Amino acid sequence: MTDRKPTCSPEGCDSRSGSGGNRREFLGTAVAAVAMALTGCGKLSKEEFLQHNFQELSKDEVRSVIARLEKEYKAKYGKDVKVATTPPLPGVIFGYALDLSRCIGCRRCVHACVKENNQSRDPEVQWIRVLELDKEEGVNLQHAEQYYNPEEVPREGHFYMPVQCQQCKKPPCVKVCPVGATWREKDGITVVDYNWCIGCRYCMAACPYGARHFNWGEPHLTADEVNPDTHYFGNRPRPKGVVEKCTFCIQRTRKGLYPACVEICPTGSRKFGNLLDKTSEIRYILENKRVFKLKEELNTQPNFFYFYGV
Amino acid sequence: MTIRPILFTSLTLLLLGLPASANPPGVKAEPPAQEGIQVPKPPFTEGIFPCTSCHDGKSMKLNTQRRPLKDMHDDIVLQHGPESRWCLDCHDPKDRDRLHLASGEPVEFTTSYQLCGQCHGDKLRDWREGIHGKRTGSWNGPKQYLLCVNCHNPHSPRFKSLKPMAPPMRPGEIQVRKGSAR
Repeated sequence: MTDRKPTCSPEGCDSRSGSGGNRREFLGTAVAAVAMALTGCGKLSKEEFLQHNFQELSKDEVRSVIARLEKEYKAKYGKDVKVATTPPLPGVIFGYALDLSRCIGCRRCVHACVKENNQSRDPEVQWIRVLELDKEEGVNLQHAEQYYNPEEVPREGHFYMPVQCQQCKKPPCVKVCPVGATWREKDGITVVDYNWCIGCRYCMAACPYGARHFNWGEPHLTADEVNPDTHYFGNRPRPKGVVEKCTFCIQRTRKGLYPACVEICPTGSRKFGNLLDKTSEIRYILENKRVFKLKEELNTQPNFFYFYGV
Repeated sequence: MTIRPILFTSLTLLLLGLPASANPPGVKAEPPAQEGIQVPKPPFTEGIFPCTSCHDGKSMKLNTQRRPLKDMHDDIVLQHGPESRWCLDCHDPKDRDRLHLASGEPVEFTTSYQLCGQCHGDKLRDWREGIHGKRTGSWNGPKQYLLCVNCHNPHSPRFKSLKPMAPPMRPGEIQVRKGSAR
């Protein structure tokens, strides 16, 4: 996470300017200078280096972090990128249901997600993986193919199963994170603090759904491609060397909108809503349809359900 | 039908004429259709509606004889249910701008789901709950439904195949590009 290209703030780049202040400020500047020397790059600002875990930040600190990020994005992409910190809505736990009897595997969701969530385009990071499965085998992941590319879908004898972050109630990825850079929010969304993530990828090894993705290189995203409506935990442009994942489009859903994948799906296979609302679509599905959870035996307790709408 | 409190409230608010900015972005505020369900317009072939511009009952006399169509509408291949089915089972012979139920009761094109629901009652029930078919808008506010016929051509209702969008890159391909991408 030390390889970003933000413009340096004056006090962050000039290590001597801080020496006139108090002891804490001096030490901070000194540590940042040492870090710069060690990592061999002078791109990391002092503020960024010293930023704490998001959960520990005071309101003022959050404000200054957001201001710094927005300034960096403005400098990098030449346009205003808004970074929201919208908190969870009270009385809401998000649930998702996907109709396996309707999905035709067209991958519209995959690409709408990339567009909405500012993923790296080269190489393209995709948060949704659509598996092509044999009807004869049923949900047998040993017969899954994710690189299918026929002229037309659905193919005879196959069905399709998109897999993305299952927003588990007992997320193994959170359990293994050595620095507490990922956690489950009150509305059931597991988020990542990209500025606290050290890129160890333990979470990727722990996730049984392959839902987490790593930025091996500097994410390539042109200014035209940037979606300026972002959230700190969601689709704000990521630095190199951090892990990212589906957040149910946190920047949209906390404002009451459907996730981008729900909006794009031409077959209406994707259903989303509040699990605590008795009148929601998601509750209707859970109460009236045949529902299953992927890899239920692992006791990860997903809030993402697969169902058969027929 | 059960109208959900949230949907109902939001539709009421819409009716009361709240400024457009009160809607979440991307939600089209269309006037609510019958039974409180927001639906877009039916997907007519351009220039085909109103049907009475030709079927006015004067220049073209009503012919209730079952027959293959020759001069007009010959592009329609009916692949929907039994072979004995034909145009006037659904299209109203008296008022050509409307459809009719099996009972003879006329139905507007904008509420054609009532007609579909005569046979596909389970789908209609799920559609009303927002389970069958696509919904857009807001998960806790106003939503937009589609009509059955927006996705299913009523004359040939099977959902049409699509060309899939690009598959993910294989890890091998990424490594090849790595040097140049940096």
